[in-house]
Amino acid sequence: MTRTGELASTTTVREADQHHGADSPAAPSRHPVRTEEDLLSVRHAVRAATLSAGFSIIDQTRVVTAASELARNAYIHGGGGTLAIDHLTRHGTAGLRLTIRDDGPGISDLDRAFTDGFTTGAGLGHGLGGARRLMDEFEVHSEPGAGTTVIAVRWASR
Amino acid sequence: MNGRPSNGVPILRLGDVLVTGLLNELDDKSAVAFTDELTTRISTDGARGVLVDISRLEIIDSFVARTLMELTTMARLLGARVIVAGMRPPVAITLVELGLQLDGVETALNAELGMAALGWYQSAQPPQGGGRDTDR
Amino acid sequence: MLSSAEAAARRRISSALRAEADDIADRWVQLQLDRGALGKQVSEVELREEADDLVAALTSGLDSDIPVENLVATHQELRQAVSELSLRRARAGAPPTGTSLAVLYLKEALLEAVQRQTRDGDELFTSALLVNRLLDTAGALSFETYVEGREEIIRRQSRQLLEVSTPVVRLWRHVLAVPLIGTLDTARTQVVMENLLQAIQENEAQIAIIDITGVPTVDTAVAQHLLQTVNAVRLMGADCVISGIRPPIAQTIAQLGIDLSTILTRATLADALTAAVKLTEDSSAQADPRDAR
Repeated sequence: MTRTGELASTTTVREADQHHGADSPAAPSRHPVRTEEDLLSVRHAVRAATLSAGFSIIDQTRVVTAASELARNAYIHGGGGTLAIDHLTRHGTAGLRLTIRDDGPGISDLDRAFTDGFTTGAGLGHGLGGARRLMDEFEVHSEPGAGTTVIAVRWASR
Repeated sequence: MNGRPSNGVPILRLGDVLVTGLLNELDDKSAVAFTDELTTRISTDGARGVLVDISRLEIIDSFVARTLMELTTMARLLGARVIVAGMRPPVAITLVELGLQLDGVETALNAELGMAALGWYQSAQPPQGGGRDTDR
Repeated sequence: MLSSAEAAARRRISSALRAEADDIADRWVQLQLDRGALGKQVSEVELREEADDLVAALTSGLDSDIPVENLVATHQELRQAVSELSLRRARAGAPPTGTSLAVLYLKEALLEAVQRQTRDGDELFTSALLVNRLLDTAGALSFETYVEGREEIIRRQSRQLLEVSTPVVRLWRHVLAVPLIGTLDTARTQVVMENLLQAIQENEAQIAIIDITGVPTVDTAVAQHLLQTVNAVRLMGADCVISGIRPPIAQTIAQLGIDLSTILTRATLADALTAAVKLTEDSSAQADPRDAR
């Protein structure tokens, strides 16, 4: 997990995009997270992406669940945002990167936000910490007043 | 009593057991409406048991988990026992990794075993008839 | 100045590739066969196909405006041709040095073709530098991909080994057992959990016995994984018995402060089976659970 300001986080994402852009088997897709219906569409989109990446049923379930947590976070705490799905390849292993951005108030205390049981809205307060456990790589970039970006990657386990 | 719009999730009554199931396409509003309707039905029908079949759920996130836990607590307060049946293996693994144990929620492998745990057998008479040991 | 000379050399190599694609490919195959770097793992027909692919990829790569240093890394077709060649050899069991040397032999084939096109010393020298820079990166990528390819094979084999080393057996009606033997790590407990849950669903099992008699040590991570497995099994509506906790492991668990108190444990697999059978009989005899209250 890294903690940087808005500016730094934008750079990280762009570099990553370029780096993986060359060998991405499928085009990245972007989905709005503005309404409750969007939460369902996001799940469908992520499920489809895990299928095309050849993830096992358990990895599919992990990634879709994490996406659901993160999208709901963005919808409830961030006042809505977007979710981008990118296909990755590393050493011949397929991966998926979810990038969830919102323009909400940001998270002022990230350590607390990762603590199980911490919540400022609906849900069990397992959202951020739980999603992190389901993914292989997890980064949060947030600053009070400047929104939150979560970048989470999962690699196919076989 | 059923003035509210239905959320599309059917709730059946078998004796004093209510049988229902959650669908994959359940959105947050429907989940809340479902909890409301089920709570009302437990009270109006005088149900003693509730079977919630979740074998069609492809994921359970913290919201659905909370819905199931609240449902169980509310039902218990109204005197009914809830059994959640048919969780798929990948869903169970993910839920555990997510850090959720569904504390207090009773589970069964499938709807049939769940109904049996609630006192219902395939050949059974009404539950108060005491179908004990007859099929052994 | 240098860059214009370089551009000319690049055009020269390009035109040599275009004019003599077949000859270059033939020569490269010949060089690889003569020097025997590959052993017998790759057939001549395969070598020829690879050569055609790589020569075509080089031609289109040199036509792009990507600098030579980055060409192999960024040109999709070229990168793919080099990677596929190396992966195929890794899978065929060819030696690693032979694989990357083979890529470097292409320098000779290519420079010979350039030499047939021009006798100008300066131009040949610049071309040689360019070919070196280009194919050295290809050699490096080849080596890297080869190693990744071997690692992938090792991962796949250890995964397969995991599958066979963690069998789930049916011991009784509604009772399953997983006898674990050897060291438990995260990957292995993961496979155990997946296989066990699947088997529980398929067999409608009510009790799963996890026997750890053959497990030498248990650390915090493994104990946590065992706990997770038990929790997942319970979420599905079944339960677990852990058997075969030997005294040193019991000691470790106690010292680590891991709470296994909610889990039914038995000393031996036989004891666990007795307990499991009793549990399943109790639950099916219990017609109306409300009576039990």
